[in-house]
Amino acid sequence: MTERAEIEAAVIEILARQLLLPETEISPEARVEDLGLDSLGKVEAIFALEERFDISVPFNANEPDQPDFDFSSVPSIVAGVERLIAAT
Amino acid sequence: MRRVVVTGIGTVNALAQDVPGTFAAFRQGRTGIGPLGLRDAERLTIRVGAEVRDWDEGRFTPSELSLYDRVTQYAVVAGGEAVAMAGLSGPLGPRAGVILGTAAGGIRTWEDSYRAVFQEGKSRVPPLVVPRLMHNAAASHLSIRHGAAGPVLSVSSACAGANHALGLAMQQIRAGAADVMLAGGAEAMLCFGGVKAWEGLRVLAPDMCRPFSLGRKGMVIGDGAGVLVLEAEEHARARGARVLAELAGFGMCADAGEIVAPDPEGAARAMRAALADAGLRPADVGYVNAHGTGTLLNDRSETLALRAVFGAEAPPVSSTKAMHGHAIGATGALEAIACILALTEGLLPPTLGFLEPDPDCALDVVTGKARPARVEAVLSNAFAFGGLNAVLALRRA
Repeated sequence: MTERAEIEAAVIEILARQLLLPETEISPEARVEDLGLDSLGKVEAIFALEERFDISVPFNANEPDQPDFDFSSVPSIVAGVERLIAAT
Repeated sequence: MRRVVVTGIGTVNALAQDVPGTFAAFRQGRTGIGPLGLRDAERLTIRVGAEVRDWDEGRFTPSELSLYDRVTQYAVVAGGEAVAMAGLSGPLGPRAGVILGTAAGGIRTWEDSYRAVFQEGKSRVPPLVVPRLMHNAAASHLSIRHGAAGPVLSVSSACAGANHALGLAMQQIRAGAADVMLAGGAEAMLCFGGVKAWEGLRVLAPDMCRPFSLGRKGMVIGDGAGVLVLEAEEHARARGARVLAELAGFGMCADAGEIVAPDPEGAARAMRAALADAGLRPADVGYVNAHGTGTLLNDRSETLALRAVFGAEAPPVSSTKAMHGHAIGATGALEAIACILALTEGLLPPTLGFLEPDPDCALDVVTGKARPARVEAVLSNAFAFGGLNAVLALRRA
């Protein structure tokens, strides 16, 4: 079982790489919208999460309310990844 | 300036493998979207598409098959139908040319070859792989089969390929470089690698294409080809050809902004350019065949562009992609054929998959079934990844 802290660190690292920011500038409570991640950065970040944790993230860019995977904040992404890991 | 008319059309697509069958599907509002039957489909996340089903490769000789990727096969069958409908025969000569759009060219040949050497561990691929997969193969084989020895090339501008091809072909005739042009597009991207690549963008719908509708979940890829015979009007009249419509205007431009996100300002500029080129006022347009991919972004952006060009009085709009799928570099040709139906039969093909109106897409969307309407002029939109916009204007003959 992957620890929550490890997932959180990976999420922050992946977001930071897409945003060209130091990891220290992304708080564990950060909202994706506030970080300014564009739609291409988002699909690249999701791909990176899938590769890192060997999961498949159900995400469709055409569904604004993201019913299957809440990509709105670091905690919601961490929770989503945890759920997907548990289900595999 | 020489006027350019359409004297023949031909197509292969998920609805039918000819024009009569495709017109029947447009009239009936039938969709060609269904479960993918391609090899390894069970390893895909997205398993729907508008495939050409029950395709008979037996119509080609073994030596043709060694040279014809599926994209070329579709193009030569569609081209043959168009040339026959136009009443042309024999070598078309140096005053005739071919311009076809394609985005992925012979992608199945790439895939089969890589599968052979990487997955199956083979040490060689068939000897004609290069001429089979090159992007201009479809255009060149159409040229060879019909002896069209004038301007021949392929254009690659993603989802706007066929519109660019048709517009450039029209300009060849106007400029006096040719009297007859076979133009349109061909695509055969529905193979495992083609769909896998699209999956990554997260813009494909898992079930159905629902352009301009609330609840839309994205695009559905289609395969096929469409070819139009374009002809200088005096050339067509002199030989007593039946004129289906006039290809009256073409507008193209680039957003020079984002690589995949559409810009309503660029789309509007292309529509205005096509109208101006055709000498049409917005009020003359009775129907727009929209790009209408069914993605959140396109449909919202295209609505803004249509409202900017036409104001509150925007003409009826439909996207036929919910029937033939988004055939990428071929889609503009399939949609030009849908426009010919509107102009010749007074029937606007419908937008299938429509659930309920989206306030962000406040347009008169033709939904459910074909709508009778006498139209004098139409626009056909294509807005490609890369920010490339290409719009055609067609007028009743």
